[in-house]
Amino acid sequence: MRCSLCTQPVVFSSLCKKHFIRSVEKKVKDTLKKYKLITKKDKVVVGVSGGKDSLSILYLLQKWKYKVIAVCIDEGIAGYRPSTIEDMKKFCEKYTIPYTIVSYKEAFGKTLDEMKVLLKEKPCTICGAFRRYLLNKKARELGATKLVTGHNLDDEAQAVLMNLLKHQIDLLPRLGPITGMVKDAAFVPRIKPLYFVTEKEIAAYAFLQGLGVRYVECPNAVGAYRAKVGDTLNDIERLYPGGKARLLKHFVSRLPMLKKKLHNVPLLRHCQTCDEPCVGDYCKACQLLKMLG
Amino acid sequence: MDVFIERANKKLTLTYQGKVKGLLEHLKLNPDTVLVTRNNELITEEEKLKNGDSIRILSVISGG
Repeated sequence: MRCSLCTQPVVFSSLCKKHFIRSVEKKVKDTLKKYKLITKKDKVVVGVSGGKDSLSILYLLQKWKYKVIAVCIDEGIAGYRPSTIEDMKKFCEKYTIPYTIVSYKEAFGKTLDEMKVLLKEKPCTICGAFRRYLLNKKARELGATKLVTGHNLDDEAQAVLMNLLKHQIDLLPRLGPITGMVKDAAFVPRIKPLYFVTEKEIAAYAFLQGLGVRYVECPNAVGAYRAKVGDTLNDIERLYPGGKARLLKHFVSRLPMLKKKLHNVPLLRHCQTCDEPCVGDYCKACQLLKMLG
Repeated sequence: MDVFIERANKKLTLTYQGKVKGLLEHLKLNPDTVLVTRNNELITEEEKLKNGDSIRILSVISGG
C-alpha cells in the first residue's frame, strides 16, 4: 500500500513515515495553539516517566525550542520503573535536557511497593495522589509556569468515562487539555499537549522517531479499573472507529458549559498539614501518609 | 513464521499466510492496542505476511 499523500509505503493508517510523523506533530501543535497551552516565555517542567508518551512530548517541546526541565517521579515499582528511568536518563543526556528525579522513598520514607502492602487503597490511587503532589511541588520549586504531562487521548477518554460511570460529575470540569478550574499561586497549571493523539499514534511516533522507549506496562495497571475501561473503549473502537476521539471532542466542546454549571465545586484550598493546594482540609497525600502512620 | 509478543514475553512459531489483522485476530489481540513490526519496520493491519517473516508485536498500553 502507498501513502495517500505520496508514493512511499504506508506505515500507519494511510500514511508513510514522513507524513504520519508530520500529522502527529500537527495535532500536538494545533492543541498547543487552540487551547493556548504554552508560550515561549513559559518555564516548562515535563513530568517524565521514561515511557513513550512523556518522552515524545519532551522530544517535541525541545525540538520546538521551549525551555524544558524533566522531572521524573520514582515511585519505587520493582521490575518496572528502574528500566524506564534508565531510558529517561539516556534520552535527556542525548538531547541535553536537564532532569531531576524525586523518589517516594526520599519524600515519604516508603516506596509504592511498600505502601501498597500497608494501605487498603488501590495502587493506582496511592500512586496518582503522591505523583501529582510531588510533580506540583517540584515544578513550583523549579519556578515552572506550566507542568506538562504525557496524557494522551486514550487516557483522557478513560478519565471521562470513569467519572461518568462512578457518577463523579463534579470532577469532570477538572479534566481537559489544561487542568484545574481555579488559579492558585501554589498550583502549577497542568497541560496535556497529547490530548488529541491516541495511545497507538504516540507509540508509533516514538517508535518511528527512534526515541528508545520500551513498550512495557506498569504491573499495577494490569487488571485495574482504568485498564478495564480502556479495554472496553478499545473494543467499542473496533466496532465504531473514531469513537474515542468523538467522545473527547464532544466532551471538550461541553467543557466551558460544565465549568460554568459546576462552578460551585469546592474551591482550591491549602492542606492544613503540608500547605499544598487541595480541595478539602487535607490533601490526599497527607491523608494517605496519616494512614501509613 | 516467528512471532514475538513483547507484553507476554512469548515467542511463537506459526504457519500463517495472510494479513496482519488476521494474525492479530488469531492471537486475540485488539489492533488498537498493539504495534506490529517486521524486521524492525512498522507495518499496518493490511500488510500481507508470509511464512518466514519475523514479527514482533509491541503493546502500546503503558498505564503508568
